[in-house]
Parts: sequence; structure tokens; C-alpha cells
Amino acid sequence: MRQQITDTKINSHISGEADECLFEYLHAEMVNYALNKSCKNKEGEEELSRLEWMGFSVGYRIIERLTREWNRFKDELDMIKFICTDFWSSLYHKQIDNLRTNHHGVYVLQDNSFRLLNKVGTNSNKQYLQESPRLLAFTCGLLRGSLANLGIISTVNAEISTLPSCKFHVQVQRI
Amino acid sequence: MSRTSTKLDSKKVNSELFTLTYGALVAQLLKDYENIEDVNKQLERMGYNMGIRLIEDFLARTGSGRCYDFRDTAEKIQTGFKIFLGITPTITNWSAAGDEFSLCFEANPLTEFVELPDHCLNLKYCNVLIGVLRGACEMVQMEIACWFVQDQLKNDNITELRVKFIKRLEDAIPAGED
Repeated sequence: MRQQITDTKINSHISGEADECLFEYLHAEMVNYALNKSCKNKEGEEELSRLEWMGFSVGYRIIERLTREWNRFKDELDMIKFICTDFWSSLYHKQIDNLRTNHHGVYVLQDNSFRLLNKVGTNSNKQYLQESPRLLAFTCGLLRGSLANLGIISTVNAEISTLPSCKFHVQVQRI
Repeated sequence: MSRTSTKLDSKKVNSELFTLTYGALVAQLLKDYENIEDVNKQLERMGYNMGIRLIEDFLARTGSGRCYDFRDTAEKIQTGFKIFLGITPTITNWSAAGDEFSLCFEANPLTEFVELPDHCLNLKYCNVLIGVLRGACEMVQMEIACWFVQDQLKNDNITELRVKFIKRLEDAIPAGED
């Protein structure tokens, strides 16, 4: 009987947030690992291709599962919109705040408080600005992988000006 | 025109994201290391680092205090699995001395989309769990050892994780003070 009571109490504790930190810690470990494995190149830039590649393979697989029951997308913009709204909010709990495009295959996705940067610092804090890009490599790959499985070949870069906001630049490659 | 499809379930997607991300990590490790034993070790080390952070989330979320005994610990570990992975392993096979027990998993979210190829038979796919448990317990001053006895990925019916109490860690004296 006692067991049951504690059980229900725990149930009420489980909000959507419960297993969220698991991914964050795992991600942190992956970043750590990738940094350990890479040696800095000439310009002192970190080699993040491992992270990007892992992101790519996750994105490639997860989009397949997510879009299984969706109608066919109308066009490229429709897919990008899906990424900005449903995809993003189910992975990172919020939508992309701003989407811009030049209608020639360049898209800029801006997130004003990106989940993986949220706890690193706020506006006035520049302490970790230099290290922060390593937290975006995985997500760049994730975007690239998702788009790749939807039939869009692209390159994705990320840029941070003030924490915790960031921009992802998606450049679609036309063949 | 609005979409007829149902909205994505954020909770489910999140756990799939975790599963797939873990899979990508294991794949990357297998690529980087020639020796599968090294992969196992690396996974455990990562788990350890996760565990020492995860225990704080656990304590904050459950508000639980110190464990009275090892049975209490077992129940709390079970709760931890429920909170973080949404599964409830059964606690069985207590040793006579009460310092060893098994956690049995019927389903394991970590291995949801996984099949082991033949050349990976030595791979302990879920080794990260061992690290997590060890790290988390160490932060509450308990040294434990754990290992897999059975593994569904190796065609056993269930996955069985054995946990053994080694010793209680004493509060260390800060460096430079006697």
C-alpha cells in the first residue's frame, strides 16, 4: 500500500521535463568526446565534424519516423516550415522564432533562446561565447540530415552573436 | 489548408531523439576504436559523467533523503529509471547477504531500434547505464559495481543488470587539512 502512494506521488512529478536532461547530458558527453578526439587545426578552430556527422545520422532517421503520417509537403518552403514549427518544437520545446529566406535556397532560422545554450549564459554574459559554437554542431548536422531525407541537399552553418540566441544558415544546393 | 495529421508528441519524440542519439554515438565509437573493449570502456566513462550530474536532478525532483539500507537504494534506483527513462525494472534475485540484487528490464528504450551485427557480440550496448549507476551512487557516498548478466540484444529473454554494494565512502578530509 505504501508503495502505491509513493508511486502516484512520483507520477505527478513526471512532467514533460523529466527525461529532457538525459539528452542534454548525453549531448554534453558527445561534445566532450568529440573535442578530445579532435586536434585543433592551424587557425585554432575546433574540428567538429564528428558531432556534425552524428547529428546528421540522427536527423536522417528521426525525420523518417516523424513524417510517417504526414501529408506530402508541397515544396521546399513547406518542408522548412515544418522543420521550424513542429519538428523544432517537439525536439527543443519551442518553435524557431524567425525564418528568413531570399527565395533562392538560402534560409536563416533564428532561435532566440536555443535549448542547448539556455543554461550557458544570457545577454550580458560573454564568458562562454567562444566555446558555444561547439554546442551547435550536432544540431547543424541534425538539420542537414533531416533535410537530406526529405530530398534537400544542403549545407548548414550556425552563428551566435549573443547567448542564448543563435542562427542556423541553411544553404540549399541545387543540382 | 490545414494539415489533417496529428500533432507530434513532444515527449515521445524526445525519447526517440535520445535513443537515436545514443545509437549514433555508439556507431561513432565503433568507427573510432578498433577494439570493442575500448568502446565498452568509453561508454561506461560517459555514463559515469552523466550519472554524477543526473543524481542532482534525481534528488531535486524526488526530494528523497539518504538511503536506510541497500533495499531502499534498490527502490530508489528503480524510481530513477521510471523518472528518466519511463520504465520500471523489477528488482529480483537478492543475495542472502542483501548486498546484491538484479534489475530486470523487459523493454529498454535504449535498444528500441537496435540489432547487433555478428561482429559486435562483445559490445555491451547499454554500458552507459552501468556508468550512470556507478557515478550517481558515488555522489551519495556509495561504491557499487554492476554488470550485465543477460542482454536482450544477445537473444536473452530479458535484460538483467546485476548491482553489488562494495562499500560506503567516507567523507574525505579536504586537501590541506588534517
